[in-house]
Amino acid sequence: MDIYAQNIMDHYKNPRNKGHLKNADLSQQEINTTCGDDISVSLKLNGDKIKAIKFDGQGCAISQAAISILTESLIGKSIKSVLKLEFQDIEDIMGIPISERRYKCAMLGIWAIQKALRTISKNI
Amino acid sequence: MFKRSDFPILKQKIKGRTLVYFDNSATAQKPSVVIKMVEEYYRQYNSNVHRSLNPLAEVVTKRYEEARDEVAEFINSQREEIIFTRGATEGINLVARTWGENNLKSGDIVVLSILEHHANIVPWLQLKEKLGIKISYIPLQEDGSLNMTAAKKLLSKKRVKLLAISQASNVLGILNPLKKLISWARQKNIVTLVDAAQSIAHVPVDVRDLNCDFLVFSGHKIWGPTGVGVLYGRRNILENMPPFLGGGDMIGAVYQDSFTINELPYKFEAGTPNIAGVIGLASAIRYIKKAGWKNIVVQEKKLSDYFMKKVGGLKFVKILGTAPAKFPVFAMVIDNIHPHDAADILGTEGIIMRAGNHCTQPLHDYLKVSATLRASLSFYNTTAEIDFFVKKLQELKKAFK
Ligand SMILES: Cc1ncc(COP(=O)(O)O)c(C=O)c1O
Repeated sequence: MDIYAQNIMDHYKNPRNKGHLKNADLSQQEINTTCGDDISVSLKLNGDKIKAIKFDGQGCAISQAAISILTESLIGKSIKSVLKLEFQDIEDIMGIPISERRYKCAMLGIWAIQKALRTISKNI
Repeated sequence: MFKRSDFPILKQKIKGRTLVYFDNSATAQKPSVVIKMVEEYYRQYNSNVHRSLNPLAEVVTKRYEEARDEVAEFINSQREEIIFTRGATEGINLVARTWGENNLKSGDIVVLSILEHHANIVPWLQLKEKLGIKISYIPLQEDGSLNMTAAKKLLSKKRVKLLAISQASNVLGILNPLKKLISWARQKNIVTLVDAAQSIAHVPVDVRDLNCDFLVFSGHKIWGPTGVGVLYGRRNILENMPPFLGGGDMIGAVYQDSFTINELPYKFEAGTPNIAGVIGLASAIRYIKKAGWKNIVVQEKKLSDYFMKKVGGLKFVKILGTAPAKFPVFAMVIDNIHPHDAADILGTEGIIMRAGNHCTQPLHDYLKVSATLRASLSFYNTTAEIDFFVKKLQELKKAFK
C-alpha cells in the first residue's frame, strides 16, 4: 500500500455511509480472524437493484476504505452484477493497485455484501 | 564473533537502502556457511542415510549422525535423546500423540500458559477432544511475565499430568522462569515439555540444567534451514513411548504380521529425513559456537535496551510486555494505525515486519488486542536500523493523522 494513496486515506479517515440502515432488507457481518477486521453491512434493495448500503466496523485502512467506497459505487447496480465482482474489479473501483498480501483486507467488505445478497438470490 | 556480512540476504537493497530485517521470530536469516553446507551436500554426496552400502551413503550417514552429536552437545543431552523432526510443531505433536495418548485420561489436566504459540495449544486441544483431558492456562502479570503465584496453585491441582510451556513467547519476548516451574512440577511428578522455539535463538539452552522431560525447537529460527527441528526427550521416557510414524528406519524387522521397533533415536525417525536440513542445522550450530553466545547476548541486550528507549519513548506506540528479562522482540500497538497497514507500508520501505496475532490468538484475546505489529531483532540488526524504523514510524503517524 502506498502511504500517499489519497483516495484510500480520505475514505479511511472520513468513511461514507457509516452506521446501520433502518428497515434494512439485508444485513451481514464478515470478520477476518487473522487480524480482527470486522465489517457489518446493511442493505436496502429496489427490485433487483441496490438502493442503499451502510456499514459499521473497524480495521485497517484498506478494508475500511474499500467498504466505504463500495457503499457509494454500488448504488443502482444489479444484484447479479455485484455478485460477480472479483478482486480485479475491487482494485479498479478503489483506483490503486492492491498487493497480494492485502487481498483479504480489500475483499472483506464485498464478501459481506455478497454473502448478504446470496441469502435472497440462491438462484441468481 | 559474527559479522552482518555473514548473511548474504542482508546485503539486498530496497529503495536504495539495505534491507532491514525485523522478522527474526518468524524465521531467521541464514549465514553463507549454512547455505554452502546445504549446497555441498546436494552437489557432492547426496544419497540416502542408513541404507546403502556405498561410499556416498557412508559419507552422508556420517554427516547426519555427526549432526546429531552437534545438537546433543548444543543442548547438553545424550545423542540418543535427539530426534530430528520437521520442526517445533512436529515435536509437540509427536509428544501429544505418543506420550499423551498413552498417559493421559479423561479428566487429567495439562497446564499451559496463556502466551503459548498455537503449536503448543492445538495438539492439546486435539487431545481434549479425543480423550476428554482438561487444559489450564497460567495467566500473566501486568508486565507480561508469568503469574508465578497462580502457576504454583495450578500445578498443585491433583490431576495435573503435564506442564507444556514456552521458554519465551514469540510476542512478548520475555524469558520465563522455567527452572522454578519445572522444579515445582517435578515435585508432583508432572511431566514437563519446553517449547524452546524462540528462546533458543537468544540464550544457551541446557536440558540438564532445565531438568525438563521434553524440549522442542526449529532449525530455521536459529539461522538453519527450514523443515528441520529437534525433539529432545529424556531417555527413559522415550523408551517407554510407542513409536509415532511407521516406516523405514524406525523398525528393527518387519514380517507379514508384525514388526519390531528400532532403538532410540531411530524409533521416532520414520522415512527419509530432511538430510540437507539436518546437516545445515549442524552448520548453523557451529556458526553460533563461533559467533559466541556471550557476544550474541551482549548485542541483543544493547538492541533491546535501545529499542525500548527509542520506540518505547514514542507517545503513540505501546509495547506489550515490559518485564526486564526481555529479548529484542516487540509486539506493538500504534494509535490509529492498524498493524496491517503499518507492516505493509513499512515493508515497501524495506523494513520487514509481521502484523497479526502471530499464532497466539488466545494471548491477543487475553491482552484485548486484535492484532499487533511485531519487530523481532537478531544480533545482526543495528541501532541505526532502529533509528530508521523510528523515522518511518513518525512519517506513518503523520500520514494517518
Ligand atoms: C514459541 C513458538 N513455538 C512454536 C513455534 C512453531 O515453530 P515451527 O513453525 O517452526 O514448527 C513457533 C514459531 O513461530 C514459536 O514461536
